[in-house]
Amino acid sequence: MIRMIGVHKHFGANHVLKDINLTVKAGEKLVVIGPSGSGKSTLIRCMNLLETPSAGQIIVGGVDITAPKAPVEKVREGLAMVFQQFNLYPHKTVLENLTLAPTIIKKVPKREAEKTGMEFLARVGLVDKANAYPAQLSGGQQQRVAIARALNMKPEIMLFDEPTSALDPEMIQEVLDVMVDLAKGGITMVVVTHEMGFARQVADRVIFMDGGQIIEQGNPEHFFVNPEHARTKSFLGKILRASNT
Amino acid sequence: MPGPFAAFKWAALGRDWTVFAGGFAHTILVSFLALVLALLLGIIFGVLASSKQKGFRTISRIYVEIIQNTPLVIQVFFLYHALPHLGILLPTFTVGVLGVGVYHGAYMSEAVRAGVEAIPRGQLEAAYSQGFKFWSAMRYIILPQAKRLAVPTMTNQAVSLIKNTSVLAMIAGGELMYHADSWASNSLYYGPAYIVTGILYLVICMPLALYARRLEEQMEVQA
Repeated sequence: MIRMIGVHKHFGANHVLKDINLTVKAGEKLVVIGPSGSGKSTLIRCMNLLETPSAGQIIVGGVDITAPKAPVEKVREGLAMVFQQFNLYPHKTVLENLTLAPTIIKKVPKREAEKTGMEFLARVGLVDKANAYPAQLSGGQQQRVAIARALNMKPEIMLFDEPTSALDPEMIQEVLDVMVDLAKGGITMVVVTHEMGFARQVADRVIFMDGGQIIEQGNPEHFFVNPEHARTKSFLGKILRASNT
Repeated sequence: MPGPFAAFKWAALGRDWTVFAGGFAHTILVSFLALVLALLLGIIFGVLASSKQKGFRTISRIYVEIIQNTPLVIQVFFLYHALPHLGILLPTFTVGVLGVGVYHGAYMSEAVRAGVEAIPRGQLEAAYSQGFKFWSAMRYIILPQAKRLAVPTMTNQAVSLIKNTSVLAMIAGGELMYHADSWASNSLYYGPAYIVTGILYLVICMPLALYARRLEEQMEVQA
């Protein structure tokens, strides 16, 4: 469970997050949408403290990670992130990418980490790439490896920061398929994305952000059929028109 | 009057070959230990230079600027002549290792910093997101990647380091240059003494320099 209480974030003179109050329940699938510059990436990056809030509190699994001397690293072990640019370790093979953090950070025996690693590679359909290097894979394959790497930490929460935005169009679906499959399980997911189809399909709740604020939220039916706020309507209108062309 | 390279002068050098051999061994030992020190300092300060904390970056910057912008001779003289006034009396061997090691550590640090800065920010973020702390992220994820860029420069620095141990002749350092110089001053057979000394430096430095060139070429192929 993640709770954000009165969170603000400034980058210099830019006020990127304005008084965010948000609770993500255990097992919830939360999708965050909004125009670029709306603060949605900053929001999700605050959840594992890749960005430090300028004010406010963030509590993850009962631990206030914004407190001084908070055990941030310990919390991050259970809070995996998938990045827009994949950020696989290029000097490690696919399987080593999956086993590095579990063996070093969580002290999982290597054999055990490799066994579960292969299981997660099977789940994302990339067992045959276990010994390949990231540079030898397509973007879609790299992102599936990144998801498997995140899963091999056995996290309770997974954060996805625009996981398909850097992909060629024909590779988006293979990554979304993996995420849809993942959403069937009990894991908590927070997903920043422009993929409205995915949001409709898996979200328990959709949040629309603009100008550093949460403008509107609700379940997908409400959200896509009857948005209340003018800015939400205009955003959805643009996005849906763009995807129809 | 016999020329500077008369045969009997070479014969004299041949008789005293142990002087040169001893100096050569001493140079290799000082170089090796100074290199270890330079590598350690280079990694520590190179990594600190890319730290998020401004204080660490400043410390690293001060070290590099002071060392790079004063002559090695002055730094060695400081250790040899000034420290005794503060009650610290170091053997010339230690002065050699410290002086040359700290000097080249600053250059190594710049090489490491350049290598670390070339790694995309996302790598460190991925490491953090998995629970790595700064130094373990450096050790397992950033430095192994930075190595490719930094090692050719660092190898060239190792060559300079070996040559620069000759500065220790000025404080009677006991290494190759010192023994060659004092043998030449006694015998007045400067010609053979400096030729042989030059060749001995060449013998250790050139293979290293060639190795550095090969690493650079490999990098260009990969890039």
